Amino acid sequence: MTLPVLIFQFIASGLTTGSTYALIAIGFSLIHNATGIVNFAQGEFVMLGGMFMITFYTFLKIPMVLSFFLTALAVGAVGMFLERGPLRHAKSKEILILVMITVGASIVIRAISMMVWGKNPMTLPPFSGEAPLILLGAAVMPQSLWIFGITVLVVAALNYFFNRTLTGKAMRAVAASRRAAILTGIPVDRMIFLSFTLSGALGAVAGIILTPITTTSYDVGVMLGLKGFSAAILGGYGSMPGAVLGGFVLGVLESLGAGLISSEYKDALAFLILLMVLFLKPSGILGRGKLRRV
Amino acid sequence: MRTLRERILMEKKTKLYLIGYAIVVFITPVFLGNNYHLMVLNVAAVNIIVVLGLNLLMGYAGQISLGHAAFFGLGAYLSGILTTTCGFPPWPTILLSLLVTGGVAYAIGIPTLKLEGHYLVMATLGFNVIVYIVMIQFDRVTGGPSGFPGIPHLRIGGFVFNSDRRMYYLLWSISMGVLLLSLNLIRSRVGRAMAALSHNEVAAMCSGIDTEKYKIGIFVMSAMLASLAGSFYAHYITFISPGTFSIFFSLQLVTMVLVGGMGSLWGSVFGALLLTVLPEWLHGVKEYNVLIYGLVLMIVLVFFPRGLFPGILQILDKRKVVRLTESARLGKEAP
Repeated sequence: MTLPVLIFQFIASGLTTGSTYALIAIGFSLIHNATGIVNFAQGEFVMLGGMFMITFYTFLKIPMVLSFFLTALAVGAVGMFLERGPLRHAKSKEILILVMITVGASIVIRAISMMVWGKNPMTLPPFSGEAPLILLGAAVMPQSLWIFGITVLVVAALNYFFNRTLTGKAMRAVAASRRAAILTGIPVDRMIFLSFTLSGALGAVAGIILTPITTTSYDVGVMLGLKGFSAAILGGYGSMPGAVLGGFVLGVLESLGAGLISSEYKDALAFLILLMVLFLKPSGILGRGKLRRV
Repeated sequence: MRTLRERILMEKKTKLYLIGYAIVVFITPVFLGNNYHLMVLNVAAVNIIVVLGLNLLMGYAGQISLGHAAFFGLGAYLSGILTTTCGFPPWPTILLSLLVTGGVAYAIGIPTLKLEGHYLVMATLGFNVIVYIVMIQFDRVTGGPSGFPGIPHLRIGGFVFNSDRRMYYLLWSISMGVLLLSLNLIRSRVGRAMAALSHNEVAAMCSGIDTEKYKIGIFVMSAMLASLAGSFYAHYITFISPGTFSIFFSLQLVTMVLVGGMGSLWGSVFGALLLTVLPEWLHGVKEYNVLIYGLVLMIVLVFFPRGLFPGILQILDKRKVVRLTESARLGKEAP
């Protein structure tokens, strides 16, 4: 393969993984905007997405589309439980404490998943066919198109939700100013609850579409969560378009770095980018610099 | 405000606690015939050093590091590689590793601690992942996933620290030294500045405290303590492998601080000891080890956000108060 084709190949696979990073990053942003905390269990939502889908589709033989929605519901429920359970009942509402509670939750979810689904990696069949398509000389898996397509669809749906529906607008209001939202009569509690559920469902979607390509096991959540988190920082933490852009940029950079420089340090590269963003422009690509309050 | 009398009383109490603690620590090995128990306690002493440093950062600078396993690992690998591969003398190498790790922490701290919010968590987390990957991939130097063996024991003159018992006294002396230093530090001017900083950063700034300088200083110091512990760990176990220095260990360290209570140094000793020994007790239920760890972390955070140790103290304190009022009602002298 010539270099341009090779690069195109890397970009295509970068956009594929980048799509899932984008979905995870949106999940981070949603919860951050509603509550100000970093939800470290986000990666576990992705892992659970893959696991539930395998359970419903492969083991219980439920039709694919139905399994897809059941999985999103199930993981959404896990997100809901995380908020309704430990986070709501925490005696201290300090951000630091709440963040560490989500860390604890992620450990618990991982441990339980290991007991339920075992330690062996599992996979899903691709949504349609395994024969690669040839696009501009590069081989692209049909699953990549599914991943990319579903991500675009989800982002479009979220865009509609946040700009056109009352609930979506209310959630944005909470993100902008919690106090003002309370004063205008928005049920802030319900919005927080909703963001956790939505985050869970988004994580599930990311897990479902990614599993046919990468396989899944109980411990994939940590890395995926951290990558999605880096993507969110890269794009500008809390910004929805930033999360999408950050996801794609991180995916492509990672893929190019792995292909052209060194595949052994592929995972390190993502975090090197994270460190560089924090050092150079901590507000991210699309984030607005916050004024320092004194 | 505490009166002077109360302060003097408190200092006397602290001194008594320290002496009592030292006596217990030095007598304990006499009752332990089993080397395995000694080893667990030695690892606990190493953890106490790291956790004390981390607590200074969390409890007094209000910042969390999820990268202390990496600083611990830097100390261990630098000491291990430099003494084994390059033939450096161990003691000066410990100091060198300390300085290098401090420099790395400074480089991470400068840009991130200037920002408001919890950027340090993310930066240290990313840093830990990178260090872990380098330990595994850079196998020509680090030995890769199979680890780095053959690190020499420490020695002073002809005396070699090659048994668990000998290391016990060395490690626990150092951990007590670090505790004493930390206790003194928080009672000093620096400590008061840090306390102000953790309560209200803006107010601290307004009273003329250079909060940025203090935050960076504490972060560097706590990374250096982690490196110190790492170096001693390497010379004690004489074999290191990347698994020990993953983010999971960073999380364990943070859990130890939280269980002991942020800002409570004695609590850190308790937290580190409990969470090092507990998994050993739970050895029979290895499958559930991680689950129990996560549950402990969550339960402590949800119900005792100030830490399990201060929580228990508070409950005991309340009982004492109740007892006192009861005896007052009965017209008796309080015990």
